[in-house]
Amino acid sequence: MSTVETPAAPRKTGGRQLSIQGGLSKNRSLALGVAAFIAAALLPFLVDPSSGFINDCVLALAFIVMALGLNVVVGFAGLLDLGYVAFYAIGAYSVGWFASTFYADASIHVGVSDFLDAVPGIHLNFFLVVLIAMLLCAIAGIFIGLPTLRLRGDYIAIVTLAFGEIIRVFAINGDSIRPFGQGYPLTRGQQGIGPLDKPQLPFGDPFSDVELRPWYYVGLAMVLIAILIVVAVRDSRLGRAWIAIREDEVAAASMGVPLVKTKLLAYALGAALGGMSGAFLGFFATTVNASTFAFSFSIFVLSMIILGGLGSIWGVVLGAIALTFINYSLIPDVLNGVPAQIGLDFRLYQLSFGIFGFLLVIVMVLKPEGLLPEGRRKLELTEGVGTDESVYEARA
Amino acid sequence: MATTDAPSAPARASTPRNNDAAREFVSKYGLLALLAALPLYYGISDLVGDEGDLSRLGENVVRGLSNGTIWALIAVGYTLVYGIIELINFAHGDVFMIGSFTAFGLFGTVGLTLATGLFGVVGGLLVILVLAMLVCGSLNVMIEKVAYRPLRNAPKLAALITAVGFSFILQNVGLLWRGGSPRSVPDLIRAQDEVFTVVGVAFTRADLIAFGVTIPLVFALITFITRSKMGKAMRATAQDPDAARLMGINVDTTISLTFLLGGMLAGAAGLIYALYQTTVWFFQGFQAGLIAFTAAVMGGIGNIKGAVLGGLIIGIIQELVDNRIDAKWTPAVVFAYLVLIMVFRPQGLIGEQTREAG
Repeated sequence: MSTVETPAAPRKTGGRQLSIQGGLSKNRSLALGVAAFIAAALLPFLVDPSSGFINDCVLALAFIVMALGLNVVVGFAGLLDLGYVAFYAIGAYSVGWFASTFYADASIHVGVSDFLDAVPGIHLNFFLVVLIAMLLCAIAGIFIGLPTLRLRGDYIAIVTLAFGEIIRVFAINGDSIRPFGQGYPLTRGQQGIGPLDKPQLPFGDPFSDVELRPWYYVGLAMVLIAILIVVAVRDSRLGRAWIAIREDEVAAASMGVPLVKTKLLAYALGAALGGMSGAFLGFFATTVNASTFAFSFSIFVLSMIILGGLGSIWGVVLGAIALTFINYSLIPDVLNGVPAQIGLDFRLYQLSFGIFGFLLVIVMVLKPEGLLPEGRRKLELTEGVGTDESVYEARA
Repeated sequence: MATTDAPSAPARASTPRNNDAAREFVSKYGLLALLAALPLYYGISDLVGDEGDLSRLGENVVRGLSNGTIWALIAVGYTLVYGIIELINFAHGDVFMIGSFTAFGLFGTVGLTLATGLFGVVGGLLVILVLAMLVCGSLNVMIEKVAYRPLRNAPKLAALITAVGFSFILQNVGLLWRGGSPRSVPDLIRAQDEVFTVVGVAFTRADLIAFGVTIPLVFALITFITRSKMGKAMRATAQDPDAARLMGINVDTTISLTFLLGGMLAGAAGLIYALYQTTVWFFQGFQAGLIAFTAAVMGGIGNIKGAVLGGLIIGIIQELVDNRIDAKWTPAVVFAYLVLIMVFRPQGLIGEQTREAG
């Protein structure tokens, strides 16, 4: 062990251009995106509409939206949010509250089919529920973001994590919280709220569990909307302000970036996307159970954006698809029996979160910029831009 | 703590200085008031209510203190590491869990059963204590080498993320080792037997073990850090790593030593937990880690005495909520304290001394 620390890698300032788009030029990126969407739109015609594969595809689409939302907070604004599961919970509970027979004492029906009109409870239209979920999440995001405004990176992580856990405790014990009267508990804890209404578009039948194509196309539309929003915001004044805060908060503030507003908008947008996806996942899962809102979910989504590349939109999409298939298909279906075959007494699915933890460590140590890195981030990580954030100098 | 204030520096520059003093006063005594609120409330309601005396509150406080020693030992590990490299060692709680599992596994190896006599139990537990401390200490050193050292010059987020990753890896190791549900530990010391009673408050064997292990360990640690040459190196590195290196201190070794000490205390906490709660499971480390981190922040992160104080206070708060309200709300209350302290007084109760790490 040497007494001298290895200094940060020497700066290779040679003819390297600082390209914000990373490896892809803007036109090529657009062309690839369009091609990917056409391919994604055609995919369901090639497979059985009730197969496990298309089920995983629907989940992957929802997780892309989830990961894009977290990427706004962590990747763009550099605020490490470890309580993202809170927005999944709020999104999913919006479905439980506003599109099920849970509150059977009430009778509110807005824009639903004749069949649902006759069912007691609150039943709102699918799109309305998603919008409400996004709004509730944006408010919750600002509420959770407010206390973190004065804090630094790792303290933000802990406060958001604590909020995530508080919301989980409320979800589990929600049966005993009845602020609006006896018939209106907050949640049904670990028993779960269900069955939930099936989404229905203005045309066509309600969605079903055997024909998954409508789910798929709604998911794809959500991904498209989310990507358009995220790209537009990233290239706007607000997006540049986020990146400025991520790089150096004090410098950004002294250049006139309003810290409070900029950070809160990052939390709000990230949370709203999480809520959109959470509501969709809630509908898709047909029940809202408090035990699904664990800390490990936040880490699952975080792994996606770390693997793909923090701040890189295409990287995040890739990361979300890869980890969804690893988690829902590769581990439980394909490789599950492998440990048993080589004589070990466990199933691979038991290891899934250890595998994600391992992935986080490996990616961070070996390739911290991720698979499809964003150009600026890559420079920051490989050439020591922003080393003033480093462990040693931060205390100066 | 200069570092936590840095982001708000531009906003604050415009406010007059005496405002800062007032703010300091309010936040410090506000925190004290917040901490005293629960015991005071229940103390008064006991006195005027059916109980008529404070013995129930005393019982709560003693249980809370002895439970708090576990959080205190873990919190010291957080605070040592944060003091020296400003990293929240997220995997620390899971190192503690591995300590519990190691201790539990060693009961059988050493041959301790419910039938073992007093001297056998004491001797066996001492051996196990040393082994669990060594296992956890080396595990912590290994984690630092693999997951944190390569990232020492990377943005801070990177090391925190690997820390979370390691936390999950250790949880999974625990899951494979002992299965997914809590395992009950043989009650070797007959933890709930009362030993003596002071003014109506009973002290159990579990309380005595908790105090008996923690107090010497914390004193040994503080002596080591304030008196020994290596302790001096630790303090120097915590103050200014670059200057320490220029003075000929091996910073890498010093950081490893810090992780070793933190891990050893977590191992000791693991053994106490197994004896005290008589149950272990792979998920215990996650919550314990968060609680202990709250304790470290409450005391003023980087400050060893603060961490111990914070651990004991959190223990009392937990016991009060468990006993008076409902155990299912305990985590929410503890995390609410965490958020409030982080927001209104990130430097904690005795935060002024943080730069000295002790």
